[in-house]
This record gives sequence, C-alpha cells and structure tokens, in this order.
Amino acid sequence: MNAAGEPLIEVTELTKRFGDQVVVDRLTMSVGAGEIFGFLGPNGSGKTTSIRMLCGLLTPDGGRGRCLGYDIRTESAAIKRQVGYMTQRFSFWEDLSIRENLEFVARLYGMKERRRLVDEALERLGLAERQQQLVGALSGGWKQRLALAACLLHRPRLLLLDEPTAGVDPKARRDFWDEIHRLAAAGIAILVSTHYMDEAERCTRLAYIAYGRLLAQGTPDELIAASGLTTWALEGPDSAALAAELRRLPAAEQVVAFGHTLYVSGADGAALATQLAPWLARPGVRGERRSTRLEDVFIHLMGQAPDNFR
Amino acid sequence: MSMRFSWARLWAVVLKEFIQMRRDRLTFAMMVGVPIIQLTLFGFAINTDPKHLPLAVVSAEHSPYARSLVRALENSGYFAAVAQPFTVAEADALVARGQVQFVLHIPEDFARKLLRGERPVVLLEADAADPAATSNALAALSQLQTSALAADLTGPLARLAPLPGPFELRLQRRYNPEGITQYNIVPGLMGVILTMTMIMMTSLGMTRELERGTMENLLAMPVQPLEVMVGKIAPYIGVGYVQVTVILLAARYVFGVPMLGSLALLLACVLVFILANLTVGITFSSLARTQTQAIQMSFFFFLPSILLSGFMFPYRGMPLWAQYLGEVLPLTHFLRIVRGILLKGNGWAEVWPHLWPLLLFMAAVLGLGLKRFRRTLD
Repeated sequence: MNAAGEPLIEVTELTKRFGDQVVVDRLTMSVGAGEIFGFLGPNGSGKTTSIRMLCGLLTPDGGRGRCLGYDIRTESAAIKRQVGYMTQRFSFWEDLSIRENLEFVARLYGMKERRRLVDEALERLGLAERQQQLVGALSGGWKQRLALAACLLHRPRLLLLDEPTAGVDPKARRDFWDEIHRLAAAGIAILVSTHYMDEAERCTRLAYIAYGRLLAQGTPDELIAASGLTTWALEGPDSAALAAELRRLPAAEQVVAFGHTLYVSGADGAALATQLAPWLARPGVRGERRSTRLEDVFIHLMGQAPDNFR
Repeated sequence: MSMRFSWARLWAVVLKEFIQMRRDRLTFAMMVGVPIIQLTLFGFAINTDPKHLPLAVVSAEHSPYARSLVRALENSGYFAAVAQPFTVAEADALVARGQVQFVLHIPEDFARKLLRGERPVVLLEADAADPAATSNALAALSQLQTSALAADLTGPLARLAPLPGPFELRLQRRYNPEGITQYNIVPGLMGVILTMTMIMMTSLGMTRELERGTMENLLAMPVQPLEVMVGKIAPYIGVGYVQVTVILLAARYVFGVPMLGSLALLLACVLVFILANLTVGITFSSLARTQTQAIQMSFFFFLPSILLSGFMFPYRGMPLWAQYLGEVLPLTHFLRIVRGILLKGNGWAEVWPHLWPLLLFMAAVLGLGLKRFRRTLD
C-alpha cells in the first residue's frame, strides 16, 4: 500500500454469482484515503458488480469486506450515508428539475442548511440560472456534472464512480478529472471504473479485472514494469503490409498501428529484438525501442486471462 | 439495517412523488377524467330492470278478452307487442333470431272457454338465455293473472273474476322503493373507480423507478422501504379524494342518489378503502419486475373485484366458496359501507363490521409489500 492511513475499502475473496456464472471471482483489494483507484477491465468483467457490492446494492455470495470500517454485508445502511455512488447509467429523476433533484438528495441525507447547500452546489456547477430546468433536457456532459454534484452533496468520505465519463466530450472529461484530483487532494478516497487509458494514467493506483478475476494491481509504473513487455515503434513504407508481416513473428504479441507508426510489443524482449532485426535492416524502415504504454499492458493481460466465456 | 423511520425522508419522497405526478399531465388528467367518463357511461347505461321487452303475439282469435290481455301485458311496462306472426314457426324464428324476447300464444277458443269458466290455457314463451334480462318481467306476470281482465269481467261475468286469497301479502321495498338502478350502481362505481385508479397508478410506482434506472440511485441512498412505500402512495390519497368528490357531487346532483348517512363517516371510510387499495398497488409494484407485469397483476386483482364483490351480480347468489373469496376483497366491504351509509343512513355501529376487514386486509398486504421490497438489486 502506498497510501497513508487505514484502508477505506478492504475486501477479501469477494465473490458474486448470477445463476451458475461467476461474475466476480475472489476479488481481494484495498483502497486508502486520498487515493484515486482505477478499476479497469473489458465490458462484462465484473466492475459494476464489484462496485455495487461495495455499497450494499448487491449481496456477495462469498468473501468478506469492509467499507469505511463497516461490514459490507450487515452495515450497508451506515455505508450508504458516507459513500457517494455515481451509477454508470444516469440515474437521477429526469422529470424533476435540477434543483428538485439536489433538494431531494439533500433531504434524504438529512442535510442541515439544505437551501444554502443546494445553492452552493448549483453555483459550483454553474447551473444556478438553469436550476428550474428539467434534468431530462440536459446534455450528457451536464448530466454527468449534475450526478457528481449530487453525489458530493452529503460530503462523502468515499466516492464510487462507475464509468463516469462514458459518452462525454474530451474537454468535459478533462474538467471532470481535474475535479477528481481536487477531491482526492481534499482527502476523499475515489474508486473509479473506466475504459479509457488516458484516464487510467491519471489514477494513483489501478486494478485490472477481466472475467471477474483481478489480474494485476499497482501504480501505472508498477504495472508496466511488472508486465515485462518490450515495445518497439516502427515506421516504414506501406505500413499495412508491414504490420501483416510483423504479426507473423512469434515474439510479437501485439502489433498496433497509430497513424503510420506501428507499435510492436512482446514479453520476450530479446527474442523480439532478434526477430525484428531483419525488418529494421530493410531500407526505408526506421525503428526504435519505446516505453511500453498502459494499453499494451492491458491488452497483454487480457490475452493471458483464462477466458471462461467462450 | 439499524436505521430508524424518519419523517424528514418520508416527506422528501412525498414531495418528489407529488412533483412527478403533477408533471405527468396525461396521467393527471386521466385521474380526474376517468371517474367522470365512467360515471356518466355506466351511471346512465347500466340498468338491471329492463323494460319494454319485445313481445310477439300469436293469436288465433280477436276477442276483446285477448286484446285486454295483451294491453295488460303492455301496461305492466315490461312488454311491448312488436309482432303478430301468423304461425308458431314464424314466432319461433323471431325468438331464435333474437328479434323478440317473448311469445304469447292465445288459443283459438280463448273467449269461448273463458266465458264457460273452463280456464283456457295461455302460453307465454320467454327467451330465458339471459335470466337477468327476463326475470323482472316474468315476476310481474303473477299479478297480471288477477288484474288483466278485471275491467272485462263485470256484471254477469263477475263470477269468473278470481277470488281474493285467504290472506293479504303486502310488500315494502325499503331504501329503494322504485328500484332505481342508479341508487345501487352509482355508489358502487365509486368503489370500482377507486379500486382501478388507485391500484393501477401505484402499481407502476416502483417498477417505473426500476425501468428508468433510478431505483439503483434510490437504493444507494439512505432511505427505508417503509419511507419509500408510504411516500409513494401518500399523494394518491389526495387524488382519491378528488375522485370521490367528483363522484359524490354527480351522485347527488346528476343521479339524485339519496344521502341519508353522515358524510364525515363516509369520508373516513373512504380513507381506509383508498389506503387498502394503495397498499395493494405498491405491493404489486414491489413484486413486479416491469411495468407490464404490474399492469397484469392489477387486472388480475381488478376482475374478481368487480365480479365477486356484489357490484355487478348479487353477492348472495354466489356459492359459499365464492362468497369467502369475495370477503377477502376490499371492494366487497366498501360496497356494503357506501351503500349502507348513503341509502340506509347507517352509522358507525353498522359500518364497523365491514370496516375492520378493510383494516386487516391493509395491514396484511402492507406487511407482504415491506417483506418483498427490494433493498438490493439482487
């Protein structure tokens, strides 16, 4: 653990089944105060299910866990009062106005000085003038900002964000992540699930889960180092044909094109260097070693994951 | 769950539901429009005492006595002679096609036998496929036997007039002496309309949250099942009273239904009935997964409520097992309460035996609903 203090989330062997399908398989992890913990994994890997178990929306079938010091099985009522949960699908009331939604949330949490609190939240959001507008009429980006504001209204110690930036434009995403960092600096622990690699890189720690299993955990640098991947960047004429040829190399696990540049990576660095040598010697082909990116690591991990869905 | 019931959270849910209800214009309009439409439609349309039923007369003779007999039938109000077929086969065809409900056969020697005191036989055939449609008309016949020819059998024929019975039977139709259907139907409609709208509206309450995805948010917040359930049904109490007001005003000023009992007592009983139906609705809502399922459950409850409660068919006409089933339904008890208060002027003492079953029903259903309320998304 690289975060100070007692962990806010600590789960051991957490398991959830839907029918005979294991959706979350013996998940063990911990999140400390001030951390931005990234939860990564492909669709259907069990991210949402794990988050729902943490805040008491689903009952685990196995394992145990504590969230904010409360047992996730028996004390979910206490957890709910101190956790802000932003659902993957927008889940505020579209037939209520912005202000009515915030007021409703503030009332449910029994917040004192409700009016001032909601006024402040509207001011921060920049929605003070549009507070009477129905939420259903808001754009995706505004809905997301409203959802975050509503989750923060009761001053939670822990934020659970389930793919908060899905379908939001790049500018709004950047603003959102700036806000996340401000909140983390203020001491709120944040667990955020995402698909986006640029977002993963902004987390202090990451967990990668696929098919319900935790495959790797650590800081972005640790994960890159632990993957043991070597990456080369190649450029040359007719990159499509070049890519097809490189894919046949046994040591080249991934060949990805970015513009005219091909990124080739593999776990066995020496073998990869040897096998690439003939192509690097070709006229017009330029190549050099590059640092491995997080995305390569995750695609590598996914390829290794025992796939129980196929 | 070690959380206490909170009035503040309940109020939060009530406010939210009220705002959402008010915004849903169409539903809101329906809640007020439905009672008016149904009341006018059924209040004016339903008649359990059909009159002027079509009658075919097959008469082999044209004596004044035969004419008197037909006139007497028509004067009872239940019969209208619309056809005079020449043959029995023709008359049968009319009944088979449903063009007449009754056929009166007057034999050819009717007058002769009558005057000789031989008691000629007159046959009245009825299309009794629908017993309710003919029973009142047939009941009126027994009187006709003594009175139909009273005007003709005078002077020397007076000896043929029927003798009075050994005792006199007097009939008193209390509470609704004229047998006006509306007196019975309009108060009943109040119960039917409340049952339908209250259950239907609330049965969608939880499933709507589930389908719109807002349930996840609601469950993630610290709100108790009882607070959600009570908060969701509370605004509909007001809606129910609006409907009751509309119906009572129409009953009084459009249909002229007598209101003998205490209005305050009626309104108090209405509250219990509304609450009983709302708990059914919200319980269906916690059992159903989709709004379609919720509507299906509502109808599953609604049909027996109409058919077995005594609203449409006489309660005492049902076999015992069906009566027991009827006793479970809130509408059965409410019909007795509302008809009792309005038509009979019943007070608290007469109403209580029908009020406590409503309270018991409500408590049982609320218990089930709370037990089945989703606390998680499992």
